[in-house]
Amino acid sequence: MTDFIHPALLFILGALPIPFLRGSIRKTYLLLIPALAVLVVLTMQPGSYGAARFIGQEILIAKVDKLSIVFATVFTIMALIGMVYALHLTRAGQHVAAFVYVGSALGVVFAGDYLTLYLFWEGMAFASAYLVFAQRGGPAIRAGFRYLMVHIAGGVALLGGVILHGLATGSLLFGPIEGVMGVGAYLILAGFLLNAAVPPLNAWLTDAYPEATVTGAVFMSAFTTKAAVYVLARAFPGTELLVWLGTVMALYGVIYAVLENDCRRLLAYHIVSQVGYMVAGVGIGTEMAVNGATGHAFAHILYKALLFMGAGAVISVTGRRKLTELGGLYKTMPLTVALYMIGAFAISAFPFFSGFVTKSMVVAAAGQDHRALVVLALTMASSGTFLHTGLKLPYYMFFGTDRKLEAREPPRNMLVAMGMAAVLCVAIGMFPQPLYALLPYPVDFEPYTGLHVTESLGVLMFTALGFVLFLRALDPENTISLDTDWFYRKGARYFMWLAEKPLARYEKAVSNVSETAALPFLHGAARAGLRIDLTGVDAVVNGVARSILRGGGALRRLQTGVVTHYALAMIVGVIAAVVVFAVAWR
Amino acid sequence: MIKRVVDFFGDEEYARQRRRLFYLVLILIVVADFVVSRQHAEYLWDRLPGWSAVYGFGSCVLLIFVSKFLGHRGGLMRREDYYD
Repeated sequence: MTDFIHPALLFILGALPIPFLRGSIRKTYLLLIPALAVLVVLTMQPGSYGAARFIGQEILIAKVDKLSIVFATVFTIMALIGMVYALHLTRAGQHVAAFVYVGSALGVVFAGDYLTLYLFWEGMAFASAYLVFAQRGGPAIRAGFRYLMVHIAGGVALLGGVILHGLATGSLLFGPIEGVMGVGAYLILAGFLLNAAVPPLNAWLTDAYPEATVTGAVFMSAFTTKAAVYVLARAFPGTELLVWLGTVMALYGVIYAVLENDCRRLLAYHIVSQVGYMVAGVGIGTEMAVNGATGHAFAHILYKALLFMGAGAVISVTGRRKLTELGGLYKTMPLTVALYMIGAFAISAFPFFSGFVTKSMVVAAAGQDHRALVVLALTMASSGTFLHTGLKLPYYMFFGTDRKLEAREPPRNMLVAMGMAAVLCVAIGMFPQPLYALLPYPVDFEPYTGLHVTESLGVLMFTALGFVLFLRALDPENTISLDTDWFYRKGARYFMWLAEKPLARYEKAVSNVSETAALPFLHGAARAGLRIDLTGVDAVVNGVARSILRGGGALRRLQTGVVTHYALAMIVGVIAAVVVFAVAWR
Repeated sequence: MIKRVVDFFGDEEYARQRRRLFYLVLILIVVADFVVSRQHAEYLWDRLPGWSAVYGFGSCVLLIFVSKFLGHRGGLMRREDYYD
């Protein structure tokens, strides 16, 4: 273990001193740990570390290979950027939660067995829930509880699956699930799909992320869903179901984004959409597709964090988050606009931005695998992505109707963090080779062909034409959208109604019947029983007892104390016995 | 510099220039799509110059109207106090 420092430990143990540090020492410390973690990951050697036995099972705390290194790299980079963005916070709670959250995500990425995985998986859920609770206020706390409940349910499914799978295969080591999928494997898959926000298990994401704190949402957008993509890529590559789930969710997200009025919820729906590309890539399962999914996760973490940071900057400066209440901020926040737009171009896969080199790898892999429908659907989702994050959101947030909001650029640390993410978005888009070198398989893919560039620009810029022509149809409306959280938000209420109204009424009726009919009957029966007991049973018992007593007295009187009487009685007895014996013998 | 670029996209006074630039870009993209090599085109639509423009525009319109239809007619959009 000495040649390997687990980066999860750096963050989780590193979280302990945060509440005791103050001022610039704390700030330096908050940046030092992620920076150290980046170094640790970059210098890491592939191999297995921390093998042990626990409750008779093989445990492997850390399994390092190319797939885990690429996710750990972007996780630690993101932790650094996120900490820069959150540096101005004075309360320690969110920093501690963010550290534990990042540490847990890294624990998941290196976990070599299912028990370790499960432990860190739950750690992620609890640490990230704090980032929602920390926002305070009724809506945030309610959303936080829903978030926690959903994730605990997912965790239980995962644990059940792990146990069943372990019993079936005899090993808890974490790797590709091979052969026919049993109940255990499906439960594990369900747990993973829940964290990947695959519909219909997606609503926790779009419910909770917009309610989280401004800085917390940046962390949340990066880790939970991408850790889920990692475990899917590890355990379920080439699972056909994932291709279709991924394709559906790519479109699901953009359809909901049209209806959305909350700026961060719109972005959250685009996480669903973008993770769809990754899930589909994992499902296709070829080397190029898994490379694409991994690379897209890498790029996505950076540009999505940038978008969340941009929206968060607007929220923290104006205190508003609804598009119907925003507008005209470009005058006062030009730097935020420019940095946000870099993220928007990256997510929309414009040439020279990161999404262009990673998203197109997934689409090209689908093409190579002869999946025309998937290619068309994913291309349509690209159009939707630019429509919302590149056009609708910035138009209504920064341009459009000037609401005369008092605004200014956000604190400098926020701008610096956005700048860091923006530089990486552009750098990956212009020089994809270093990213390609990190991917799990050798890359043979050239994104910058003339045809690919003109096709991408054609789709995107004519989407812009559609936006310009149908701008009025896109005007945000002061509404919320029903998603699958309806089932537990309204469903729980209907359940409570069922419990309080019909069930309670039934219970009352039953107790009425027992009070008016059953109880008097029972009372009467008890009284009758008592009477029988006193007058019948007791009389019999007493009578018998008295007779025995009397018999005893009579017998006592037979005792004369004279020896001849006894001798006579014995002789009579012997004669009687002989007579009886003689009769019986015959 | 950044402020000037952002202002160009926001200020009303550049509206005409913006529109011209936009249409110029659209035309250039379609023209470019006609001249690029299509040797490695995989699907039928890849071989049609200008297809991506049509598909992009069609996708955009379809997404807007299908979503709004689902929102208004399908009952997905609700008042903000729906869950309260």
